[in-house]
Amino acid sequence: MTGGSENVGGRSHETAPYAIELRGISKSFGSVQANKNIDLQVPRGSIHGIIGENGAGKSTLMSILYGFYKPDRGEILVNGQKLTISDSQTAIRAGIGMVFQHFKLVQNFTVLENIILGAEDGALLRPSLAKARGVLRDLAKEYQLNVEPDELIEELSVGHQQRVEILKALYRHADILILDEPTGVLTPAEADHLFRILEGLKAEGKTIILITHKLREIMDITDNVSVMRRGEMVASVKTAETSPEELAELMVGRKVLLSVDKAVAQPGKPILQVQDLRLVDDEGVERLRGISFEIRAGEILGIAGVSGNGQTQLLELLGGYPEKGSTVGGTIRMNGEELDLTGTRSDAATRRKRGIGHVPEDRQVEGLIMDFAAWENVAFGYHHAPEFNRGMLMDNGAIRTDADAKMERFDVRPRNSNLAARNFSGGNQQKIVVAREIERNPDLLLIGQPTRGVDIGAIEFIHKRIVELRDAGKAVLLVSVELEEILSLSDRIAVMFDGRIMGERLPGETTTGELGLLMAGITDTQNHSAEEGIPPETQHVDRLPGGEA
Amino acid sequence: MDKMPKWADVILTPVISLVLAMAISAIVILAIGESPWMALKTMVDGALGSSYGWGFTLYYTTNFIFTGLAVAVAYHASLFNIGGEGQAMMGGLGVALVLLYLPLPHWVLALPFAMIGAAMFGAAWALIPAWLQAKRGSHIVITTIMFNFIAAALLNYVLVNILRPVGSMDPASARFPEATHLPTLSDLALVLGVEWGKNTPVNVTFFVALIACVLVWALIWRTRLGYEIRAFGRSEPAAMYAGISPVRITVIAMLVSGALAGLMAINNVMGESERLLLNAVEGAGFIGIAVALMGRNHPFGVVLAALLFGFLYQGGGELALWTSIPRELIIVIQALVILFTGALDNMVRMPLERLFLALSNKRKDA
Repeated sequence: MTGGSENVGGRSHETAPYAIELRGISKSFGSVQANKNIDLQVPRGSIHGIIGENGAGKSTLMSILYGFYKPDRGEILVNGQKLTISDSQTAIRAGIGMVFQHFKLVQNFTVLENIILGAEDGALLRPSLAKARGVLRDLAKEYQLNVEPDELIEELSVGHQQRVEILKALYRHADILILDEPTGVLTPAEADHLFRILEGLKAEGKTIILITHKLREIMDITDNVSVMRRGEMVASVKTAETSPEELAELMVGRKVLLSVDKAVAQPGKPILQVQDLRLVDDEGVERLRGISFEIRAGEILGIAGVSGNGQTQLLELLGGYPEKGSTVGGTIRMNGEELDLTGTRSDAATRRKRGIGHVPEDRQVEGLIMDFAAWENVAFGYHHAPEFNRGMLMDNGAIRTDADAKMERFDVRPRNSNLAARNFSGGNQQKIVVAREIERNPDLLLIGQPTRGVDIGAIEFIHKRIVELRDAGKAVLLVSVELEEILSLSDRIAVMFDGRIMGERLPGETTTGELGLLMAGITDTQNHSAEEGIPPETQHVDRLPGGEA
Repeated sequence: MDKMPKWADVILTPVISLVLAMAISAIVILAIGESPWMALKTMVDGALGSSYGWGFTLYYTTNFIFTGLAVAVAYHASLFNIGGEGQAMMGGLGVALVLLYLPLPHWVLALPFAMIGAAMFGAAWALIPAWLQAKRGSHIVITTIMFNFIAAALLNYVLVNILRPVGSMDPASARFPEATHLPTLSDLALVLGVEWGKNTPVNVTFFVALIACVLVWALIWRTRLGYEIRAFGRSEPAAMYAGISPVRITVIAMLVSGALAGLMAINNVMGESERLLLNAVEGAGFIGIAVALMGRNHPFGVVLAALLFGFLYQGGGELALWTSIPRELIIVIQALVILFTGALDNMVRMPLERLFLALSNKRKDA
């Protein structure tokens, strides 16, 4: 990734007031104190990173800054002036713009319509649109934020949609831009492009606050970094004077192993053999276009790719629940036996009986019933198991005992199986799901985004369990959009793009640059530089029925 | 992090809603120049002041327990069954056919057979909407409400053209055989030597309703099927992930729901009128929605809410009888209760949640 360095510390701000200054901000929700006495100073014209584990209070703090929450106490100074930010309109008037992790765009509006939405000048749209077109042209020239103003949002790639969000903020005269986990959905090349845009904005004197949990981004682009842990600001340092290891330690409060410690794989007999797997969804879009691969016992196959390129469909199909109305083709063999792809014996329950465990990509929608108690969730999917039943009734006692034991072994906190799943943090929710699936000792574990929204401590733990399962002679299919995770866990890496596998690489013999190109659909990795890997039509092609890649 | 204690959610919220509904009812009664206090007194005296009043109140309660349970079971599968009315009508038809055409010598024998007839007809009436929902995605709210009208028309046809005794001008079936008449609670009290609730319609079905509550509780919270129904109701993608078939759960939950609504006919058709009448359900199917909403879809809550609506029904009847408050106004009062306890639930709940949040913050600060 590039590290723009020409402007670092380029401005003197000893005398100028800070763009943002927070003094003693506290906020609690019920008994949970999300922010404790937070002080923060962001100099004008700098890029300021805020890093912390999930649930450390970063998002709460930014929501306070943007007027979504009212702080219990403390004060906010914008450009040296004390300000009560009671709603987002106030924030916008104060020159604060926010780019959310999940974009707030109207899919079937054009770029221009989205940009003026909520900032129209009058009842009639035409003058506003004309004005916006002019402003947009200037902004695009100034910051290399090229977006076609008349394109529909749904036709744009994720990277471009993000640019629209940035333009929206700039159109509202934002001087201070907050970006919440901006690279989560981007390819490495798209992320690089975003960083170049941010550098450009900084050069123009804008202040940027970057919220992320990716240490590398912090190191690459920020001038200063503040670390949050459990609602407190534990450190604010100059980026040049710190290291990823130090930041990780500050975030977690103890030393963290950043790389996964694992022995060389000892692949055995083939467990899962997939031949020419195809899937057309109910809208007629080809999601899988002939996927073939094999996973052997004692091996982790990692599938890399920008999300939305068929990984979800692959996992769901293997897990036994392809989207309603989709047609499937090809063969799946498990331990040499062919599995039904349609009919009553192709459902998720049958797959589990065949020894396939599955940690789904979205634990909150699929993996857990959020309103169920933890103990009920630990039986989820396995509720037909004889040990959980006593005649007609479920043996709730047995399920509780089992759940308590699993929560103990996986160090789920708080250790209270009566608590509803939604009351656990992301990392602990994921531990519940992983415990449930791994402890059944499946021959094959499907695991999607194992550490999405999971704090560093839990990431380490979950990675260790996955490697342990592999070392016990089981096969693992790992799908992740985090390249680092893929690189550190996998024994082999397959890259998916537009429903196809673009190629397989060994983690020791490839680079993020090469994988990035494959993720953008470029197989000829010798003759391209990693800079080209911006896939403007990744999403686009994805949506055209039968479109050519 | 729970926002407020469970007791506040389950008891305080409905009680406050109820008080609000009563306050507005009082204003309406004042506006037409009557005394709200006298009105309340008349209702309480009429519904709860004597064993006679109780006899009617409990009779209505029995109806509402069945329809309330029906809505609650479907609700756990995230299905909004508003066809309780039609399903209860069809349940009545089932009861009538069993009792008119099977030679059953005693009510003890007739009761289980009639229950089977009621449940099967009610369930069958829910099956088609369930199937359409599961297979075709036709929204269950639309189909079940339409099936209410079809049920009414069908019942009309059957009563006028088939079940009506020769020579009768009344769109009703013949009376059921004497031997199949269910004992009323006052009959049972007499056996024990107590005079209670003479000439009231409440009968042994009341106990059947209470047993149904226990069984529904066990079904939802103790069986595999209940687990799957609840899981499906909370998240369909999660149910798919766990290998729970949405089609199967949709159909089974609606069958159970329809059967419960149908079982109401044991009370009103077999127990009270002892023949099938055209308009026997009297809107109990719709009251069931309010009962389930207010009872938080829990069988125990359903009993309490059914009791409240039983009181409103009986008390309202007394009001029309003894005061010059017009009958229509009683419907207004009942509607206000439904509005506040059901539809406007969040209006009360959200300030309450904020209050409890503030209280717990204060406690922490202290």
